[in-house]
Amino acid sequence: MIALRGKALSAPLEEPLGHTVWKIVDVATANSQRGSRAFVVGEDGEAPEGFDLYLTRSCGPSAGKGEAVLRLPPELDYLSGDDVISVSDDGQRVRVLWRHESRQNSVLLTERCNHYCLMCSQPPKTANDDRLLAEAFELMRLLPRGTSEIGFTGGEPTLYGQGVIDLLRLCRNLHPEAQVHVLSNGTRFADPEFAAAWAGIDNPNMMVGIPIYGAEPARHDYVVQAEGAFNQTIPGILNLAQLRQRIEIRVVLHKLTAPALPEIAEFIARNLPFVYQVALMGLEMIGLARANIPELWIDPTDYADELVEAVTLLDRNRIHTMIYNHQLCLIPRSMWPYTVRSISDWKNEYHPECVECSVKDECGGFFFSAKYKVSEKIKAIPGEAPREPALLEL
Amino acid sequence: MAKFRGPLAFQAPSAEWQLLPFRFERINGKVLVTNLVGEHLFLSAEDFDQLARNELPTDSPLVRRLRAKHVIREGADELPVELLAIKSRTRYRRLAEFTSLHIFVASLRCEHSCPYCQVSRQSSDKGAFDMTWETAALGLESAFRSPSQNIKIEFQGGEPLLNFELIEEVVAAAEVRNASEGKNLGFVIATNLALLDDRVIDFCRAHDVYISTSLDGPADLHNKNRPRPGKNSWELATAGIQRVREELGVDRVSALMTTTRSSLGRVREIIDTYVELGLTSMFLRTLSPYGFAIKTKSFDAYDVDHWLPFYEEGLDYIIELNARGVPMVEQYAALILKKMLTNDDPGYVDLTSPSGIGIGAIVYNYDGDVYASDEGRMLAEMGDKKFRLGNLHQDSYEEIMLSDALLAPLEESFAPSAPMCQDCAFETYCGSDPTYHYATTGDFVGRKPTSGFCRRNMAIFKLLLDRYEGDAGTRALFQTWAGH
Ligand code: SF4
Ligand code: SF4
Repeated sequence: MIALRGKALSAPLEEPLGHTVWKIVDVATANSQRGSRAFVVGEDGEAPEGFDLYLTRSCGPSAGKGEAVLRLPPELDYLSGDDVISVSDDGQRVRVLWRHESRQNSVLLTERCNHYCLMCSQPPKTANDDRLLAEAFELMRLLPRGTSEIGFTGGEPTLYGQGVIDLLRLCRNLHPEAQVHVLSNGTRFADPEFAAAWAGIDNPNMMVGIPIYGAEPARHDYVVQAEGAFNQTIPGILNLAQLRQRIEIRVVLHKLTAPALPEIAEFIARNLPFVYQVALMGLEMIGLARANIPELWIDPTDYADELVEAVTLLDRNRIHTMIYNHQLCLIPRSMWPYTVRSISDWKNEYHPECVECSVKDECGGFFFSAKYKVSEKIKAIPGEAPREPALLEL
Repeated sequence: MAKFRGPLAFQAPSAEWQLLPFRFERINGKVLVTNLVGEHLFLSAEDFDQLARNELPTDSPLVRRLRAKHVIREGADELPVELLAIKSRTRYRRLAEFTSLHIFVASLRCEHSCPYCQVSRQSSDKGAFDMTWETAALGLESAFRSPSQNIKIEFQGGEPLLNFELIEEVVAAAEVRNASEGKNLGFVIATNLALLDDRVIDFCRAHDVYISTSLDGPADLHNKNRPRPGKNSWELATAGIQRVREELGVDRVSALMTTTRSSLGRVREIIDTYVELGLTSMFLRTLSPYGFAIKTKSFDAYDVDHWLPFYEEGLDYIIELNARGVPMVEQYAALILKKMLTNDDPGYVDLTSPSGIGIGAIVYNYDGDVYASDEGRMLAEMGDKKFRLGNLHQDSYEEIMLSDALLAPLEESFAPSAPMCQDCAFETYCGSDPTYHYATTGDFVGRKPTSGFCRRNMAIFKLLLDRYEGDAGTRALFQTWAGH
């Protein structure tokens, strides 16, 4: 797993850093922007002058020179040019906002949320974290033109109201070619004015991913732990559809949702046939899911029939359907063409069975979190590898 | 973790369920329930009783199913009503875009002499039974007045190839006209293919014309149904089909069958004939040479009983073929399944309400008379001009489309307000066939308990639902058909 935050080994600063978001440079650019960039010192120990911040790797040569220097912890040694980090004023805490090598950067906008999903991977907090939004604005300005994919997540980003609209407009204006994906629980869009503001961003490359956990209120509201959620999320989706916005429906599969999957698929096909795609997500044993294992755990082989039924129905209704985060050996072969390999490299860790497996490279892989709960039915697939599953298309 | 609340905290606050409009039918000990837009579910008799007696608990798997299918709502829920409204609007949206199929009867003459055909003439008198260019030009004008964005022009007969010059003229003129209209324009020639030649093939290639033909099954059956000099109708038809597939493309020809009493018991052979020719869709048509049904009036319930086993065996055989990897679609089932499983209504003339006569398809007869349907034209040939809407030479487009001859049957036969249909669980899958009911009973509505139309369709709906619920493979197949 690749770490996305860490504590500096040392940060002997003479005065607090002037700002928090830093783009990392590793070649001696000759431009006048050095002031706002962080230079990461390489093996050669060279450190061109003029940067406001120097990063040194945990065991690498130091920068000297008496400037602001921060020594990275070993788990952040991988940082290199074009990555973007945020650094606390005292230089102690480093958070990675953007890894230029990853195709699945997701920008956390807030940890607050009006839902409290039983399996939330990012347990909601209540403290004000507006600074995350401010950092995201800064990040948009630092990302290179030509960035192909930008994901935003929370918490619930739409809690910011106009703030998140402004951010996404900036994102559209600076990165018009980027595929933009925003995760939201959708309730805010029940407000027609907010939905209109969203559409006003006018970014045809933007898609909002909204979860549905049932075909009626009781199940959905229980899973998201919020009364009235279903009766807001669905009207929100309808509002967005009327404004011709691109919508993805997400269903995280666990013991409460998987048995209802055919029902949910039917509901989508009949009531929300305009959605751009449906993503069926395997449960990640992180965050709150870990606390609720008894309520949530179901072996994927136990919902194979429901999965086939639902995917077939959606597919026949011409709704693009994708299966994420599933081990291939646990789902029927007929479902393999719908699987998308999770390519967030820092999450893929494999099980002993996987070593000998012929489809390891195409497999949804294993999460580092699998150690908390994993199916006993994982079994290497012998023989020839089948054709490539579809790659992610946001 | 006290932070989480249990499922009970999220069930409906009260058991104040309100019934949304739904209809039901008891079938084999179970109860079929369909909501306002035709989404269906099967309940056990006990569950249905609970629903009927208003004794549903606050939460249960049953309650969740009923809420998901918009059969009931919790007192304060607005969403189910809104969703039902959206789905209804979707079902009816095609109404504003009316009349997409325009049938030109290019010639009444035919070199076949099929016994069940009421309209064709054995004649070499071109003048008397062929459509003139003047008439066709008026028909074209009418076609382009239709609000529909999709305009399909179909040439019928008799045998339309006997007046091929007219077809050439109409297609050319329609293309010129469409350069400024910008509609999705398509052409079909309905022909027995006996007269297919290079000129026709080249023309169809150049103008993207589709061919629709007749194929009743194996040679002996087909030739018995369709006598012509030389007794080689089947040979000419199958050679023609093959030729069109090779020279124009496999998707450019489709075939329709006529079912006669001789067909009964031979459905597998009929289907096999289609499969052997490489056709991937067919229409297991009902046994009723139209005129015969009209003349005898009463036989038809009896007749349906003979036809249904034919259809059932055919449908099951087609399902079996698909399971074996042989692609074949049964079109009538596909039309119904689209209505059952999606919010779409394909607007098939006999299976939609209001009926598709005049507003789904319209017929311009060779002499300029305008009919609300092909069956209406046949009825006229037998002496009853009830469905004659006017004449292209005498009446304006408005006069034709607003004529009582069209509006009265449309309005009166509207199934959601027809006796028996309004309470019928299958109404959204069904339609109203005013021509049929008029022909058999003298009024547009008919009496559904004795109607062959009702009896046949109701049996097919039950059959399709039974197979759909039966196994996952058939379910997937039916979903594919519905998606076409
Ligand atoms: S054995 Fe491992 S790599 Fe192979 S399919 Fe299963 S989880 Fe994937
Ligand atoms: S015709 Fe018969 S099957 Fe059709 S809606 Fe009316 S009652 Fe029902």
